[in-house]
Amino acid sequence: MTLLEVKNVTKRFGAVEVLGGVSLRLQPGEVLGLLGDNGAGKSTLMKIVSGVYPPDSGQVFFGGHPIPYPQHSPRQARRLGIEMIYQDLALAKQQDVAANIFLGREPVYRWLGWWPMVDKARMEREAQAALERLGARIPSVRYPVGALSGGQQQSVAIARALSFNPRLVIMDEPTAALAVREVEHVLELIRELKRQGIGVILISHRLPDVFAVTDRILVLRQGRVVADQPTAQTTMQAVVGHIVGAH
Amino acid sequence: MQTPLPTRAPQAPAIRLESVLVLLGLSLAMAIFAPNFVSLGNFLNILLATSVIGVLAIAATLVLSSAGLDLSLGSVLAVAGVVAGVLGVNLGLPWPLGIAGGLLAGMLLGAVNGLLIARAGIPAFIVTLGMLSAGRGLALLVADGKPVYGLPAALTFLGQGRLLGVPLPVWIFLALVVIFHLILSRTRFGRYTLVIGDNEMAARVTGIDVERHKIWLYVLSGGLAGLAGLLFAARVNAADPTAGVGYELSAITAAVIGGTNLFGGRGTVVGTLIGALIMGVLQNGLNLMAVASFYQQVAIGTVLVLAVWLDRIRDRRKP
Repeated sequence: MTLLEVKNVTKRFGAVEVLGGVSLRLQPGEVLGLLGDNGAGKSTLMKIVSGVYPPDSGQVFFGGHPIPYPQHSPRQARRLGIEMIYQDLALAKQQDVAANIFLGREPVYRWLGWWPMVDKARMEREAQAALERLGARIPSVRYPVGALSGGQQQSVAIARALSFNPRLVIMDEPTAALAVREVEHVLELIRELKRQGIGVILISHRLPDVFAVTDRILVLRQGRVVADQPTAQTTMQAVVGHIVGAH
Repeated sequence: MQTPLPTRAPQAPAIRLESVLVLLGLSLAMAIFAPNFVSLGNFLNILLATSVIGVLAIAATLVLSSAGLDLSLGSVLAVAGVVAGVLGVNLGLPWPLGIAGGLLAGMLLGAVNGLLIARAGIPAFIVTLGMLSAGRGLALLVADGKPVYGLPAALTFLGQGRLLGVPLPVWIFLALVVIFHLILSRTRFGRYTLVIGDNEMAARVTGIDVERHKIWLYVLSGGLAGLAGLLFAARVNAADPTAGVGYELSAITAAVIGGTNLFGGRGTVVGTLIGALIMGVLQNGLNLMAVASFYQQVAIGTVLVLAVWLDRIRDRRKP
């Protein structure tokens, strides 16, 4: 069964046509590299899937069911099992690690059997367990996220996406801000998601990373799909050609 | 790679140590220099004098924590007071209707603020600056430009009555501090308030309904201002359309002295209580020392800037 199917999606912002009829398919356990120059429409396409924007036309199916725009929202997307890790990480820097991992999904208990209060102890315990599963090195889940390094913040963003049994994980430039060893860690994580049958869409400018983990590569240029090939059957040179439009 | 996490870091404190030290130091200085400062009666006086501004400061804390601003608190206070006064006295309706009307008027003006900010996308500064003026005008219109005297006894009891020797407004203020402290620090609503103030985009993409949340925050702010208006009118036994001019700035000052980040993302109601008490002790002590009120304004302004400065220094020392 196809996990995600995008059919002829278009989107414009004012006079600018960002997506001009884009289609793609993703199977469970498949890792898709989504490439393209700045402004090619990668992030917009993914934000449509994750419920930030509705498309102007076209349809998106998830697990065989059409996603109902414009009611689709980030909350709905997360409920369906679509998680997105944003390029700017979308973290609340003054709040602590546990709060960020559970953002929008805080466990509550009923104080005096009545008043719903956030269960901080449980949040901290589960956040710590999630980070340990990732092998992330965070001094404490009580640290404000803003006090952590770039790689540590990335781990928090990843832990947030992976802690609630996602079916599709979209990563927008997850390795851009990382040190070499941390990059390797993220790539290994993507392989692990694949083994678990989770679909992954990886947006990245770092072609070696893309070639290392993806099954298929899709290139967008000026809002249109210009290439969609198995990774094994293409080369970095060909992909660069598609990105810059040399074909 | 597995590294054991070190045992727990301390949780972020609800109150900044600096502000407690300032409050204690200030109280100690007043105890030495101000005649009759140390007495139960004076202690209750300080709390009573702090209660109206304190209720507004709770509202300011909530709104500032979300990176918002409510400059209309003082005007909404006046509207709520005169609505209660006109309903209860001029129209002779039963007092519960007066109280309900005052609170509803506050919430309604808050809802107008919230809708314009969240749905129309107009900056909070502009919207609430507009309401600062429009609300004052409304208060004068409703009251026909003059105070309403002779409020119902039940209403004045709210401002002048005592329970176990402690004035009712103090009970109400302290109860609200406890309730809203728990709301801001322990409920989803409170956490989302801080997250919206911290990084609105993060709130949006994690499924928080930011617009609806903001509307409710301003409704709450208006409701608290309305309650403050009732307390104020009840205490002076008059619903004055010119009441509360400039109170919004005192409320914001108390919140900021208490550690609320003016740009959102951080704030606690207990911190604000300390901030409001610092202002109360300062004013009370200087009054007892018969220092002219002009100096008091200078002192409060100085404390505000000092509090934020201390905060800066502390933040810079952190990793």
